[in-house]
Amino acid sequence: MKNNKLQWIIGGIALLVLPLILQSFGNAWVRIADLALLYVMLALGLNIVVGYAGLLDLGYVAFYAVGAYMFGLLASPHLTDNFAWFASNFPEGLHMSLWMVIPVALLLAATAGVLLGIPVLKLRGDYLAIVTLGFGEIIRIFMNNLDHPVNVTNGPKGIGMIDSVQIFGFDLAKRHDILGISFNSVTLYYYLFLVLVILTIIICYRLQDSRIGRAWMAIREDDIAAKAMGINTRNMKLLAFGMGASFGGVAGAMFSAFQGFVSPESFSLMESVMIVSMVVLGGIGHIPGVILGALLLSALPDVLRYVAGPLQAMTDGRLDAAILRQFLIALAMIVVMLLRPRGLWPAPEHGKSLSQKS
Amino acid sequence: MDILLQQIINGLVLGSMYALIALGYTMVYGIIQLINFAHGEVLMVGALTAWSCIGFMQSAMPWAPGWLMLLIATIIACVVAAALNYAIEKIAYKPLRNSPRLAPLITAIGMSLMLQTLAMIVWKPNYKPFPTLLPSTPFQIGGAVITVTQVLILAVTAISLIAMVYLVNYTRLGRAMRATAENPRVAALMGVKPDMVISATFIIGAVLAAIAGIMYASNYGTAQHTMGFLPGLKAFTAAVFGGIGNLAGAVVGGVLLGLIEAIGAGYIGPLTGGVLGSNYVDIFAFIVLIIVLTLRPSGLLGERVADRA
Repeated sequence: MKNNKLQWIIGGIALLVLPLILQSFGNAWVRIADLALLYVMLALGLNIVVGYAGLLDLGYVAFYAVGAYMFGLLASPHLTDNFAWFASNFPEGLHMSLWMVIPVALLLAATAGVLLGIPVLKLRGDYLAIVTLGFGEIIRIFMNNLDHPVNVTNGPKGIGMIDSVQIFGFDLAKRHDILGISFNSVTLYYYLFLVLVILTIIICYRLQDSRIGRAWMAIREDDIAAKAMGINTRNMKLLAFGMGASFGGVAGAMFSAFQGFVSPESFSLMESVMIVSMVVLGGIGHIPGVILGALLLSALPDVLRYVAGPLQAMTDGRLDAAILRQFLIALAMIVVMLLRPRGLWPAPEHGKSLSQKS
Repeated sequence: MDILLQQIINGLVLGSMYALIALGYTMVYGIIQLINFAHGEVLMVGALTAWSCIGFMQSAMPWAPGWLMLLIATIIACVVAAALNYAIEKIAYKPLRNSPRLAPLITAIGMSLMLQTLAMIVWKPNYKPFPTLLPSTPFQIGGAVITVTQVLILAVTAISLIAMVYLVNYTRLGRAMRATAENPRVAALMGVKPDMVISATFIIGAVLAAIAGIMYASNYGTAQHTMGFLPGLKAFTAAVFGGIGNLAGAVVGGVLLGLIEAIGAGYIGPLTGGVLGSNYVDIFAFIVLIIVLTLRPSGLLGERVADRA
């Protein structure tokens, strides 16, 4: 027991010190860690939908986009520049604090999730996948085209000049010196994201062991049996959609604050597929597995950048880092499903295994 | 009036391409209850193979007439697509036939991504101009215009449909396919080899997809590695619209979806006072899909099937 506690403390210190070490190698490395943390959050959110409730959602990136655009609109001069009504009421623009942003992003994305869920939840798994995929594309088409007649999203150009996160007047976009150690902006974001990820993990664990979590898993294993046991499957599925979406929304808001810029390009179908493959490769429904999957897949492209250089020269420019990454993800999805259908680090089986269902 | 007629012609052409692709989806789904996400990519590989073949023939035998080149290229593309789809089924779907439904769906998405990437490596990611091999002088029909390619598309679709209906309803293979769709285990007891039937289904679907791919490329004049994705998705919508697993349904759904898209694209601008433009066309298919699945999940012509629990 004591040993266990020691492990936690060492792990915690390692996580806290990591960005300080990385930042001495350059901010780019800390950025990679920051984005990896965001992906962990997204993957954990999707894991609620795919892993616990067993609903394959291929449009998850839509909720990420909803969160990101929400923050982008509220925290940039875009609305003030484009709407006279808005400019007269808020000449300085809305600049909401973090404590407002997180609940609003959460609620908005959850609402979007439930709204999407209502028409589609009667569908079987594979129909659901297609409809959610379509929903993700619809959101992207709207983001791309809503720059006329009313300029809401600024179209493919995206929204820029988004505020950074400020906590009690402490601006995360600036460099701070505390106790003789200088913290770069990316490092500060790392700590913010780390806190959010830890919160997400705690919520996920609590959910998993709760009545709701058990109901979700019952639905995943057998919809009809779950219904017979008195579970309100429709409400439970809606709840899964809403909860999963809310994590996506918060992650999206953080992403747009971190980047200072959002455009439809960041929310392509490929991104949804990436998040699904993080969940699936890591181990559907198993929190440590999902975290592993998210870290592996989000760090992969940056590792590939170093390998891809010589390879690109060898293959006459046909293979670059992006193509190689896409190829490896596709390959991993197929191979892992064939060889380890339950993921790299699957949940320990208790009782009946998933594979007995035919 | 001319605009309406023109949009109806465009819609029929678009719809018949959707119908051909949807047939592949619906047959595969009818037999193994799997959405073959890679179907759109088979279409793309077919079109790009044809593009390569035509390019080769234009330099190797410039004396040959356009229709001959198109014919040869189509045959080669069909063979390549059939082999590809056969291999996809054997590699990615067959080992997972008895696992939970999510598993083959994920390998299917992986396959789709993989084929796109491979095509990008083999053919490079640029848009390739697809040569016009048929005479391009259009016909006039009551103020609307139709090209030779479009007439050919309608004709080939009609012929393929008749062939499919004959195949499924009046041949030994068709009977085996229907039996396997109904119940693979009992069909096997009656001497049908389900594996053979499934392979045959994938091969037929691939041939139809390759033909549709070449039509698509010659109608729009370009080919690229992502060209298969959206038509694939829409064709799936068409299959669901008409009632998945039902051949006639796939055709009806495809043609209707094509008409909805073409007429919608023509009229959405004026109708909404310019608020929504034709760049929203891609949304129609998804909206149709959501409405159909909510109101009539079995599709227009589909029978009500019990959920396989």
